[in-house]
Amino acid sequence: MSYQIPKFRHPELPVNDLGYTRAAYEGSISTLCAGCGHDSISGAIVRACHELSIEPHKIAKLSGIGCSSKTPTYFLGKSHGFNSVHGRMPSVVTGAAMANRDLLYLGVSGDGDTASIGMGQFAHVIRRNLNMVYIVMNNGCYGLTKGQDSATADEGSAGKKGDANPFSAIDLCGTALQLGATFVARSFSGDKEQLIPLIKAAMSHRGFALIDVISPCVTFNNTAASTKSYEFVREHAEATGTVDFVPMRKEITTRYTAGAAHEVTMHDGSVLHLYKDSDTLDPFDRRSAMMALMDHQQDGTVLTGLIYLDKDSRDLHDVLETAHRPLNQLDETDLCPGNKMLMNINASLR
Amino acid sequence: MKPTDIKDPEYFHKVVDCQYACPAHTPVPEYIRLIAAQRYSDAYMINWYSNVFPGVLGRTCDRPCEPACRRVRVEEQPVAICRLKRVAADNKDDIRDRLPAIPKKKNGKRIALIGAGPASLTVARDLAPLGYIIDIYDNQFAGGGMMRSQIPSFRLPLSVLDEEVNYILDMGVNATFDVQVDSLREILDQDYDAVFIGTGAPRGKGLNLPGLEDARDHVHLGIDWLASVAFEHTESIGKRVLVLGGGNTAMDCCRTSRRLGGEDVRVVVRSPFEDMKASPWEKEDAMHEGIPIYNNHVPKEIVVEDGKLRGMLFEKVEAHYDENGKRSLVPTGEELVFMEADDVLMAIGQENAFPWIERDLGVEFDQWDMPVVDKTTFQSTNPKVFFGGDSAFGPENIITAVAHGHQAAISIDLLCRGESVAKRPPPRTTLASQKMGVHEWSYDNAVAPDPRYVVPLAPLDKTLSDRKLEVELGFDPDTGYKEAERCLNCDVQTVFEEPRCIECDACVDICPTDCITFTANGEEEELRTRLSAPAGNLAQDLYVSEILPTRRVMVKDENVCLHCGLCAERCPTGAWDMQKFLYNVSGTLA
Repeated sequence: MSYQIPKFRHPELPVNDLGYTRAAYEGSISTLCAGCGHDSISGAIVRACHELSIEPHKIAKLSGIGCSSKTPTYFLGKSHGFNSVHGRMPSVVTGAAMANRDLLYLGVSGDGDTASIGMGQFAHVIRRNLNMVYIVMNNGCYGLTKGQDSATADEGSAGKKGDANPFSAIDLCGTALQLGATFVARSFSGDKEQLIPLIKAAMSHRGFALIDVISPCVTFNNTAASTKSYEFVREHAEATGTVDFVPMRKEITTRYTAGAAHEVTMHDGSVLHLYKDSDTLDPFDRRSAMMALMDHQQDGTVLTGLIYLDKDSRDLHDVLETAHRPLNQLDETDLCPGNKMLMNINASLR
Repeated sequence: MKPTDIKDPEYFHKVVDCQYACPAHTPVPEYIRLIAAQRYSDAYMINWYSNVFPGVLGRTCDRPCEPACRRVRVEEQPVAICRLKRVAADNKDDIRDRLPAIPKKKNGKRIALIGAGPASLTVARDLAPLGYIIDIYDNQFAGGGMMRSQIPSFRLPLSVLDEEVNYILDMGVNATFDVQVDSLREILDQDYDAVFIGTGAPRGKGLNLPGLEDARDHVHLGIDWLASVAFEHTESIGKRVLVLGGGNTAMDCCRTSRRLGGEDVRVVVRSPFEDMKASPWEKEDAMHEGIPIYNNHVPKEIVVEDGKLRGMLFEKVEAHYDENGKRSLVPTGEELVFMEADDVLMAIGQENAFPWIERDLGVEFDQWDMPVVDKTTFQSTNPKVFFGGDSAFGPENIITAVAHGHQAAISIDLLCRGESVAKRPPPRTTLASQKMGVHEWSYDNAVAPDPRYVVPLAPLDKTLSDRKLEVELGFDPDTGYKEAERCLNCDVQTVFEEPRCIECDACVDICPTDCITFTANGEEEELRTRLSAPAGNLAQDLYVSEILPTRRVMVKDENVCLHCGLCAERCPTGAWDMQKFLYNVSGTLA
């Protein structure tokens, strides 16, 4: 039985700007079911972080409870991690991000952890535009408790037990847009070519970045009647366009035809090239994004890709005008203004 | 690319790199697993059927399997395949009751074997159990050929050689030793149904240097000198010995000299150290015994003063390589180097010689005076006469001679049954799932990261004072187990069944060495540029599936697959399975 992944790696693996191969970003071997979409998302996170040359110790990965929330063990083994209480990951990230703004915060959650028990936390972290990436591994069921329908299961969709879900679904992207999210994307675990650039873009975004990743549960919800199965999503996915992400400091080598692509310079200086396939969606317009989501919902198709991006996003630190350095780097001279300053303050109050 | 035809036995055979590289195609991973299971006798018998001399080869094989071992592509050192074979031979029980029965009633066909080296003995072993009457003729006092005369006892103890030679001689073959066959005509006149010639490459090459005539008594041909030591005609050598040549015979000569009184023994070779023909481990063993190797020295003259050998003069050279990699040795212009010597051993190569084969017997010879021999059937232009071992195509090694012997035996059997020798039997293969449970396999699929274990040696002072004391002690069973666990089980194949695949990418995500890609099909050269990891090793195949529902194909680069089975463990539908592929070259016995 394999509890460990062999130590040998391909001898010619590419190294990134830090001199690391992808192996430096891997975690322990997964204990999820064979074929779980979540493992593909873990793989995409590993590749995105490697390709962005992020130092592993500059990332904090946080999660709640559920199959999805187990995954941080399976990627970024050398990064900081926090498995929080069910649905309470956003609070923990908020605290951590307030205390240390220098880390990249990667929240991983599931449809239960986000859309049921964590719905309140989800709403408020969006409202506050906390600078984090929020990945939902969305399989439409409670896999850890044997596959009951979750709040994101589409009405009429049926899992392994065969009963059609009688309730309407919460569309996390729609909810996020309504609550003021500044980066909203949807993807599919089986499409790394789309998912990896989206994760990279989300990591470069300043503010709250949601990626709702449909991730089939092979054990309980990969049936012919499910709308979250590999087959259904492959047949019904419609991409908003393709996204090409060029990290900061990298030379742009691809030639882009003028007019065919939107070029967006992200907060950290990297560049996002967005090729639109859709005439109806303007991903920089919130109303257009919401309309596109509803149109696809009505057609029974799944809109994937970058759905909305606020280029002028101001995150929680900007709004609250917090200190520019992490709290752990502020020493006595920063925190105590000194006797003279205190005298002045006192004098001004007399 | 076209979908890979895994029904072609050669496809999976090639994945088992060690077995594919072995001239006799011994099923290496299969016997290594048996060693790990402490089933030494079973491991020995797999070897015995395939390579006839497991105990001998476990000490002396040229090991073409080891450079081929997949482990050298993911780490530094191959599995110590050769020395594991010795573990099986050293720890086996009495296996005589497992040897094939020899029919009392013979089939009436008489076969003559000229020479009793590894090739001839293999033919004898393959044919005697079928009821053939075997007559062996050899000019040495006992069987074994070059294994007896050229391999020193400190590498191959006589007891090991005798045991494995006797398994064959005890099969009721008629061996005539100490007889020189001077005429093939006389043999053919005895009305044999077939004659096999396995007389090796018995003639050592010499250098005709100035001064040679006056120093005759102290200049020896390497293989002749080794034979006279083995047969105890020579018991000492001078204190200062120069060994000329860079092959394995030179290594045996210098190490033997150290044991017969040589104190300042030097190997002098024309080529650069890296280009020497000797196996790297044999060079190491020589240097371990305090023997320096002088490279880039071309012998020029044997210096004799007052009728007495004084030493030799060498010219220093540098190797230059042209754009085709062709080497030329260019003198550096430095003064000639003088080295003192009491004895000189020339080990610069050996060649074939067939003065005893009359040229009017229908056995054709080519422009280099070598017999014209079919590379598959080993038949000469005289249908009754077969060649094998070094005598067929020039000096090779024991395992190659054994492989020749097997094929020649098949040919002789076909000939005697009146069938075409061109009708070669196909290999016998089996392919069986190793799945025992969700995460359980019937092979040890964990990959041991251990570096190669070192074979312990007897103390230098003891081995240098006793020519017959074996230098290598061999792995003890515990170390043998650990070394066996390093084997990647390349014969347990990753088998892909397209209709079951749901393209969930689980195999792609888990594969530790990035072997698997799902992508659009293309021509091989272009496809190799689009895989998950660099796929530049063109010697290793791509395993390509039929077109999948998303119009992509599964492409697996066999190059650095660890055969860990994780793709199959993570596959939710069983599209991947680990299946043991056993490939046995068909022989006359099985």
